[in-house]
Amino acid sequence: MGGIATAGNKGKGVHSDCFVTLEIVDAGGIELQVESKVAVMYGDMIREQALEILNFFGIKNARVKIEDSGALSLVIAARLEAAIKKLIQSGKNWLPEMLEENRYTTGKERNRISRLYLPGNSPGLMINAGIHKPDGIILDLEDAVAPDKKDEARFLVRNVLCGIDFYGAERMVRINQGERGIEDLNYIIPYNVNLILLPKCESTEQLKAVNDQVRKIQKEHKQTGPVWIMPIIESALGVINSYQVASFAPNIVALAIGLEDYTADLGTQRTAEGTESMFARSMVVNAARAAGIQPIDSVFSDVGDMEGLRQNVIRSKAMGFDGMGCIHPRQITVIHEHFAPSPAEIEKAKKIVVAFHKAGELGLGVVAIGTKMIDPPVVKRALNTINLALKTNKLAENWRESYDQV
Amino acid sequence: MIKFDKLVTNAAGRTVPTIINGKPAVPYMGVGKYKPSGFKAAPKISSCTDFPDDGNKVVSTLKEALLKAGLRDGITISTHHHFRNGDLVAVKIFEIANELGFKDLVWYPSASFPCHEPMIRYLADGTINRIEGSMNGALGRFTSEGKMKGLGVLRSHGGRYQAVQDGEVHIDIAVIAAPTADQFGDANGVGGSTACGPLGFALVDSQYAGKVIVVTDNLVPFPCLPWQINGNYVDHVVVLDQIGIPEMIVSGTTEITKSPDRLLLAEWSAKFCDEAGLIYDGFSFQAGAGGTALSIGIYFSEILRQRNWKARFARGGSNKYLVKMLEEGLVEYILDGQTFDLDGVRSMRDNPKHTWTSPFTSYNYHGKGNFSSMVDIVILGATEVDVNFNANVVTHSDGYLLHGIGGWQNTLFGKCVILPIPLFRDRMPVIRDEVTTICGPGDLIDVIVTERGIAINPLRTDLIEKMKNSSLPIKTIGELKAEGERICGIPAKPKFTDEVVAVVKWVDGTVLDSVWRIRM
Repeated sequence: MGGIATAGNKGKGVHSDCFVTLEIVDAGGIELQVESKVAVMYGDMIREQALEILNFFGIKNARVKIEDSGALSLVIAARLEAAIKKLIQSGKNWLPEMLEENRYTTGKERNRISRLYLPGNSPGLMINAGIHKPDGIILDLEDAVAPDKKDEARFLVRNVLCGIDFYGAERMVRINQGERGIEDLNYIIPYNVNLILLPKCESTEQLKAVNDQVRKIQKEHKQTGPVWIMPIIESALGVINSYQVASFAPNIVALAIGLEDYTADLGTQRTAEGTESMFARSMVVNAARAAGIQPIDSVFSDVGDMEGLRQNVIRSKAMGFDGMGCIHPRQITVIHEHFAPSPAEIEKAKKIVVAFHKAGELGLGVVAIGTKMIDPPVVKRALNTINLALKTNKLAENWRESYDQV
Repeated sequence: MIKFDKLVTNAAGRTVPTIINGKPAVPYMGVGKYKPSGFKAAPKISSCTDFPDDGNKVVSTLKEALLKAGLRDGITISTHHHFRNGDLVAVKIFEIANELGFKDLVWYPSASFPCHEPMIRYLADGTINRIEGSMNGALGRFTSEGKMKGLGVLRSHGGRYQAVQDGEVHIDIAVIAAPTADQFGDANGVGGSTACGPLGFALVDSQYAGKVIVVTDNLVPFPCLPWQINGNYVDHVVVLDQIGIPEMIVSGTTEITKSPDRLLLAEWSAKFCDEAGLIYDGFSFQAGAGGTALSIGIYFSEILRQRNWKARFARGGSNKYLVKMLEEGLVEYILDGQTFDLDGVRSMRDNPKHTWTSPFTSYNYHGKGNFSSMVDIVILGATEVDVNFNANVVTHSDGYLLHGIGGWQNTLFGKCVILPIPLFRDRMPVIRDEVTTICGPGDLIDVIVTERGIAINPLRTDLIEKMKNSSLPIKTIGELKAEGERICGIPAKPKFTDEVVAVVKWVDGTVLDSVWRIRM
């Protein structure tokens, strides 16, 4: 035992976070200093919590300073535990209460039109992420976290998975590449993560390693719920192997493309038009469709350019993608709006779906509108369109009641 | 002089003094319950013989003007806040008073800003006895820690007019900083390098003060048009090199918010108004200065455009966004109390449909009506709201006084008052069992919009009925409070001594609540 460790963030512009400095000493008991912008309301509570956690990890003598910018208790706990575990080995975890609301599972076929990336070490952005209603929320342990913050981010992400309600968004985590990514799983699998994003995926070995570890952890924790995987293709080799990746296991539900890394790998620049990534994107769409899973497009990184985003979404949908990533909540509405079926598409689909149901009621083998036969894939597409229209509130649940049958 | 005495419990259930700075005060009795009788205050009769026939009232320095106006111990000096955080005049007045050794002055500003922090020196050394107006930021902190000699009095913009008109406050010397003025004292805020729009907050000062000094850095030959302030009220005119910092005059919360959480509040507020039928062809609204309130204008615009409707008028705080609505024909008139940017100033100067107002026309509760009760939709902020819909705008949950009331209390008389506020700020829940300080009675606050749900005041059964099948997440205020506390934990209350450091006046001049000294 001994030494000094820190965890968390402080300074100008930092909100809802805290910075913990911990020095474990040989004698003198616990010396705890709390500086908090909410000291009047929560100062006592913060002190009590800190003492409880130190005691939980068997720390009897330490100097602790907590510089708090209004962190929730689960954030304070994550920061303190991260600092403690930089100094001592412990198999124990100090977990916040797992909210009942956070125990949901997600279906393989659910919408993944928008998925919101959140840096895994920035609690301020996580607390309200769910209110913006993205289809998925990604707590990112990989590129959005500085290398020296990656350890502490794990505790934060774990505690957020337990204690922050995402209001029905699919609970996703992007793990790190390689061995670190496999270790990341220990911090997320027991806490009901719905989907793992696997970055820089190039081979099925990577997927196997993840799935083996997921199974191992689930067994230890006696869990059976589905854990979906969305591999991200972001290299030339990944593109070439994309079908093998997409079809490797039944829990792979979507295939995403990451264009920043991909264009770097190609040795070219990413442009707004995206000519340089045409092949890769087509390949990912094809591979995903061939494997029967969802193709998901890269993020659009200019948060201020809503018109550019709109154009991008329209192109993306036209290429066959089912959704894309977002890096700011403001992008969600635009993405939903333009991935959603257009009024003309909905009208056409309604006709086909009504004809389909009518054929079913009459026991007919073929679907027809007037004298025109409708092929099964067209019916399937129309059903998908209607489903998507319902999910994106473009169509009322009871639309058939009011549908004026032709 | 007794700072405060004879504490009673008022109709809001709050403990308030009935002696304030040695003078009797009426405790709050409920909305619309207190009706004063008698006559308004009246300034002394003046005679033209005491003023030059050529109209030239220019004196060479501010010091000379203040001395001519009778600067002495214990008097009340007023300033106004049209220059917001770019004001260079108010501090200068007390610098002069301090240099001349005068004591126990009362500063009666229409609002205070961070630029007024130097006043702490004059409050600490006895030059200033107290502030009656608003105590923001550092001045609030100073007050909360019990360091101000006299008892602070917080009033709304309308309440400031009312207090002077009713004779509660006599202004001995009014100093009106004017972006443009002539030698006779006619003045406006639409010309010059410190153009700020209207000068409405200074109207009552010009009408009722014992002596009136106009200070300008842009003297024009008579006539200075438009004459928002009439020279006929003015005793002296002073020309200074610079009276304000232009870039600080149009600053602050005048940009549309980029915060996704606030945009959501704005979107839901607008949607609420629409679903509740509050928006119609010819409706009216109050546009606040905050980023959230500004964004609501954007959503209103979309709705109006789609249906080819117009708002009959908007109450400002004007800025480029509201001006754009006016110029696009989405709003027919802007009735403007203060202007937040240069587009607002330009529009007020050039567009006859953009007119300046004063607290007299908009807010004065002791007049023959005022505009505020005619406004359909009023969007406001708050630091805290309680389960009875009472709201606080002056103190924070830690007990410190940090803001003034502004026009906030006055606009509560609009037909539907909506507060879009986050359920918690960092870890501070906004919905409380009881607000730290009541500034607005719950009877007048109709809807609380948070990012986790919308609560309608149970008194508004009409709105509850209209929103029965809404797609918006309508919840009770109790549910919202529980949700906030579940996320943040239940906050402890601040600890106070039994010393009152300031009072919050209601729009009718009665005492609504006390601000208590922080126990250090």
